[in-house]
Amino acid sequence: MTALVLRRGGLSLRVRRRTLVLAAALLLAAAALAVAGLCYGPTWAGPDRVYEALSGAPGGPHVVIREWRLPRVLAGFVFGAALGAAGAVFQNLTRNPMGSPDVIGLDAGAYTGALVALTVLAGTPTQLTAASVLGGLAAAAVVYLLALRGGVSGLRLVVIGIAANATLSAVNSWIVLRADLDIAIAAVGWSAGSLNGVDWADLGVPFAVIAVLLALLAARSRAVLQASLGDDLAVATGIRLERLRLELVLIGVGCTATVTAVAGPVAFIALAAPQIGRRLAAAPGVPLLPAALVGAVLLQGADLAAQALLAPVALPVGVVTTAIGGCYLLWLLAREVRRTPASRSRP
Amino acid sequence: MILRRRSTRTAALLAALALLAGAAVLSVGVGAHTIAPAQVLRAVLWPGDSADHLVVRDIRLPRAALAVAVGAALAVAGALVQVLTRNPLAEPGILGVTAGAGFAVTLGAAAGVAGGAPLELGVAVLGAAAAAALVGSVGHGSPLRLVLTGVALSSVLAGISLGLRLLLPEVFDRYRFWAVGSLAGREQAETAPALLVIGVGVGCALLLGRQLNAVSLGEDTAAGLGVRVAPVRAAAFLLVTVLAGAATALAGPILFVGLIVPHLVRPLAGASVPWLTAFAAAVGPVLLLLADVGSRLLLPTGELPVAIVTALLGGPVLIWAVRR
Repeated sequence: MTALVLRRGGLSLRVRRRTLVLAAALLLAAAALAVAGLCYGPTWAGPDRVYEALSGAPGGPHVVIREWRLPRVLAGFVFGAALGAAGAVFQNLTRNPMGSPDVIGLDAGAYTGALVALTVLAGTPTQLTAASVLGGLAAAAVVYLLALRGGVSGLRLVVIGIAANATLSAVNSWIVLRADLDIAIAAVGWSAGSLNGVDWADLGVPFAVIAVLLALLAARSRAVLQASLGDDLAVATGIRLERLRLELVLIGVGCTATVTAVAGPVAFIALAAPQIGRRLAAAPGVPLLPAALVGAVLLQGADLAAQALLAPVALPVGVVTTAIGGCYLLWLLAREVRRTPASRSRP
Repeated sequence: MILRRRSTRTAALLAALALLAGAAVLSVGVGAHTIAPAQVLRAVLWPGDSADHLVVRDIRLPRAALAVAVGAALAVAGALVQVLTRNPLAEPGILGVTAGAGFAVTLGAAAGVAGGAPLELGVAVLGAAAAAALVGSVGHGSPLRLVLTGVALSSVLAGISLGLRLLLPEVFDRYRFWAVGSLAGREQAETAPALLVIGVGVGCALLLGRQLNAVSLGEDTAAGLGVRVAPVRAAAFLLVTVLAGAATALAGPILFVGLIVPHLVRPLAGASVPWLTAFAAAVGPVLLLLADVGSRLLLPTGELPVAIVTALLGGPVLIWAVRR
C-alpha cells in the first residue's frame, strides 16, 4: 500500500506513504539544523546550554540565544517554507520548473516595493510588508498581462519574467545608488537576501501573514492537485479554475513578498525547493508540502553555511542559496541527462 | 517586415553603421563635462593640446572603443549561439559563458596569476570555454533545459565570486567596477590584446557565416551541401567562447546584449546567418555606446555600471521581441 487514507466524519485525507515519511525526515532535518543554528555563533553553546536558554534561564549567553539566534533560526524555517511553497504554487501555475517567483521577477518587484517604502516612507515593518506585496503583485500582473496575448505558453511567460526580473533588478540597483548613504547601506545589506540581524521586532507581522497564507494554501492543496491534471479534467471535476488561479497567485505573491520585505530577495529557494521536493517525493506534478519543507531545510542550512563559511565575515544568505541551490539543480539536470540520454523532447 | 533584397539589406547595414558613428560621437561628447559634436570631430581629426582634446583622446575615445568592441563581441557571440543551439533564448550571458569567464578572472586574481592583460584574457577565454562545455553537455536537448542550466551555473559562480571578493578585499579593489559589468575605470588599462582578439573574432564570424547558414538548415542538408558540420560547429563554438571571454575580460559580465541585438536585427537579416552576424556586429556597439551614455546620465553624481543600463534597456526590448 502506498497511500494512507484518514477518514473522520465527512472529512477524508489521502496521503501517500512516501510523502509522510519524507515529511517526517525533513522535519527531523529541520529540527537538527535548528539546534545547530542555536548552538552556532561567535561562541559555541552546547545543546544543554541551548535547552537551558529555551527554558528561560537568565544570563548573558542565554539572552543571546533567545533574542538573537532563536528569531534567526525560526525566520530561516518559516521563510524557507514560505519560499518553497510559493515556488511550488507558481511552478504549478506556469507548469514549468523555471516559472518560479524568483526567476520571473516577483522577488525583484517585491524588493522594488520595499525599497520605495524604505526611501519614500518611514519603512516600518507593516509598510515594508504591504509595499513589497504590492510590488510583487504589480510585477505578477505586468508579467501575466505581457504574456497573455496569444495564450500563456510556459516558455513565453518565463522569458518575459526573466526580462522583467532583469529590468526590475536594474531599477533596484538604481534606486539604491540614488538613495541617501545610510538608506543605501541598509538596502545593500539585503539586496542579496540576508537574515543577518533579524530580531523579534521584525518578525511578528511577517510570521502572522505567512501562517495565514500557508493555511489558505493547505486548504487548496487538493484543488491544486486536480488542476495539475489539465484544464479540462480540472473543470470536469468541479474546479473553478480562474478563481483558483487568482487565489493561488495572491497566496504565492503574498508569501514571497512577505519574505522579501524582511530578508530581501533570497533567490533560488523557490526555484530549487519544489523541484528537489518533487524528486524526493517521487510525486507527479509539484507537490506543495515537500516543497515547503525542503525550502525550510534549504534556507536554514544555507543560513548556517552563510555564517560559518567565511567565519568573521557573515555572508548574505542569498549568496549561499544561489550557490547551493544552483549546484543541486545542475547535478539534477546532469543526472537526468545521464539516465535518459534519448529523451530529447522532455523539458 | 523582412528585408529580402540584397540592396535593401546593404542600405540597412549602411544605416546601422551611420547610427554607430552618431552614437560614437554622442558617447565621446557626453559626460561629466559635455563636449560639442563639432569639437569632438575636431579633436579626433586635428588633435590639439586643449583640455577638451585631452579628455577626448585619453578618456572618452578609449572608452568608446571599448564599448564598440565589447558590444560587437557580445552581439556576434549571441547571434552565433542562437544559430548554433537553434534556441532564440540563447545568449552568452544567459547560458553562463560570461559568468564562466568572469569567474575564471576572479579565480585567477585570487590565486595571483592574472597579472597582465594577455594572461587575463587567456584565463577568461578558458573559463568561458569550460562554462560553455559544461552547460552544453548538461543542458543539451531542450532550449528550456539549456537556459535553466546556464542560469543555475551563473548563479553558482556569481555566489562563489562574491564570497572570494569578500574574503580578499584588497586583491579585488582593482576589480570593483569590473565585477558588476562596467566600462568605467578601464580607459587606461592595457586593452590592446583583447581589442585585437575581438576584431579577429568578429572577422572570422563573418567569414564563417555562409557555412553556418548551411548548418542552420539541418545537419543532413548541410552535409548534402558539402559543408562539414562538425568542424563548422566547433569553430563557431570556439568563436563564441573567445568573443564572450574577451568581452568579459574587458568589461566584466554584461548580460542581455547578446540576446537583444540578434532579436532586434533578425527582421533585417531574415534567415541569413552572414547578414545576421553583420547586422549584429554593427548594432551591438550602438546598443553598448548608448547604454554607456545612459550610465553617465542616470545618476546626479557618479556613474551607473553599464551592465545595469543594458539590463534596464534589455528587459523591455526582450519582452517586445518575445511578444512579436
